[in-house]
Amino acid sequence: MTGQRRWLRSASLANLLFLYAPIAVLVVFSFNASRLSARWQGFTLQWYQMLASDEALFAAVQNSLLVAVVSTMIATILGVSAAVGLERSHFPGQRLVDGALLLPLVIPEVMMGVALLLFFVMIQVPLSLVTVTIGHAAFNVPVVMVIVRARLRKLDPALEEAARDLGATAWQAFRRVTLPLLSPAIIGGVLMAFTVSLDDFIVTFFTAGPGSTTLPLKVYSMIKSGVSPEINALSAILVLVSMALIALSLVMQRVNGK
Amino acid sequence: MSEHSVELREIVKRHGTTLAVDHLSLQVKRGEFFSILGPSGSGKTSTLRLLAGFEEPDQGEILIEGRSMRGVPPNLRPVNLVFQSYALFPHLTVAGNVAFGLEMRGVPRAIIAPEVRSALDMVRLAGKEERIPSQLSGGEQQRVALARALVNRPAVVLLDEPLGALDQQLRQEMQLELKTIQEQVGLTFICVTHHQEEALTMSDRVAVMNHGRLLQIGTPRDVYESPSSEFVAAFIGVSNRLSGRIEMVTGTRCTVRVPDLPAIVARVPPGTPEGALVTLSLRPERVHLSADIKLDGFDNTLQARIHKTIYNGNEIQYLLRLTDGLIWKARVPNLGGDHKQFQAGEAVFVRWQADEGVVLSE
Repeated sequence: MTGQRRWLRSASLANLLFLYAPIAVLVVFSFNASRLSARWQGFTLQWYQMLASDEALFAAVQNSLLVAVVSTMIATILGVSAAVGLERSHFPGQRLVDGALLLPLVIPEVMMGVALLLFFVMIQVPLSLVTVTIGHAAFNVPVVMVIVRARLRKLDPALEEAARDLGATAWQAFRRVTLPLLSPAIIGGVLMAFTVSLDDFIVTFFTAGPGSTTLPLKVYSMIKSGVSPEINALSAILVLVSMALIALSLVMQRVNGK
Repeated sequence: MSEHSVELREIVKRHGTTLAVDHLSLQVKRGEFFSILGPSGSGKTSTLRLLAGFEEPDQGEILIEGRSMRGVPPNLRPVNLVFQSYALFPHLTVAGNVAFGLEMRGVPRAIIAPEVRSALDMVRLAGKEERIPSQLSGGEQQRVALARALVNRPAVVLLDEPLGALDQQLRQEMQLELKTIQEQVGLTFICVTHHQEEALTMSDRVAVMNHGRLLQIGTPRDVYESPSSEFVAAFIGVSNRLSGRIEMVTGTRCTVRVPDLPAIVARVPPGTPEGALVTLSLRPERVHLSADIKLDGFDNTLQARIHKTIYNGNEIQYLLRLTDGLIWKARVPNLGGDHKQFQAGEAVFVRWQADEGVVLSE
């Protein structure tokens, strides 16, 4: 029994190490004074200072945040509506729509990128942040939908009927009963969509135009001229931000679960 | 205003190809506690959903307080439903749940608070206003669901298997309490249940349904004492049965000839012809058992052997073997003292009065 427990503990430790050792190395070397990252030559914050004064990088961060916020908003509205529509009503061709909405989750992202590019070219929309945002919203709709739908399926349909019975219109019943009960799932979906959008490379690569470089695109172009400690610093910040977002989502879900 | 709170006229409801409700007509009087009793699939729940407005009838008309409910959505109907699952809003407090209906109708806040308090007082939940439903016991949740409906003072309170999720003891307490509350508020209650004891205890009148059709409607005493069909007799309480042929009718009495047994005298519904094949139905608690061969004052006597004795505490149940393939039940109150208890294998005489046996045409 104890032998088994010890084995389990070392297995999970190995797992943690496997997942986080590279990230730890990256964070440590973002404080390394050496330009050639391989050896430790003393502590410095100069790479962080360089980041702060890199205007191109700053613009990329801004683009990424803008795209993430707007595409998440669009995906949330569409995803929640699709989840409610598919779960609470029946119409001919429903299963087809159901399957079609999940497709972006399973088709290779490269194909999605190419398809979006061809589509935008065909309808003659110039590539810009707008097209990037539309692309991100497209692959985030099913993400939000799947999460919200799982929660919706667990809700007793009698709750909405009870609200209707007590004098609520269909909209009031949704607004006062269904929506609050869905909120943990919606927040989960929002955070997931936001994170996916923030670090998406492939779809962005195909749909971005001049002047619409996002952070992943920027990192990629920087890395082409070698891994600089600046990138280490940038990555360290991103790790911190993601961890904060995940912590926030956990806290929110705990508050809602009460 | 019509004297009827609810009137169903020739209601038909199909679910796919099955006929859930089949030409159902009935009237419920104002202030009445009315139960619809039937097994699952009898159409009782469909009827309730039609009244609440979650479904529309395919044919026929529903009148509530004399007003046609055709095309009226659930939120505009003067009815409130107590759901089987209670369907309490888990994100709202007890007070929030009860206030919901008043808020939806735009009642001012200053009026809502005292209304909610008095509704919770009525169901004896004062002091639990700020709890959330998951912190309450099943019985308390049931009371919240009831208060949430009553606070709106609807013309009709609908109850879907209201006590189904409660344990036996709580169920019996709540039966009486529900009836008391109904008399206090004076609202019309329509309760759907498959539980015959519940229906008999609480109701002023009971409608028995099966396969979407109304089989019998009457006071609890009517449906228990004078079931109109074999189904009603068997569904409401336990009944012993014998199949035979009517030999002779004299007034309200008849003689039934059963193969291998002596002739039996029983009550007969008017208009039953001589020679008709009938089923005789007799309640187990109306059977008198005795080892005494000479005992006067009973219309019918059969010989039987005790097949099994079941001790139930408050009563003793006997399984009686009348002939080879025919087992009857008898229930005798456990009076204690030196009252005789029969043991398996003993020979007994089974006696009953003619009026206790009901003849049902096949």
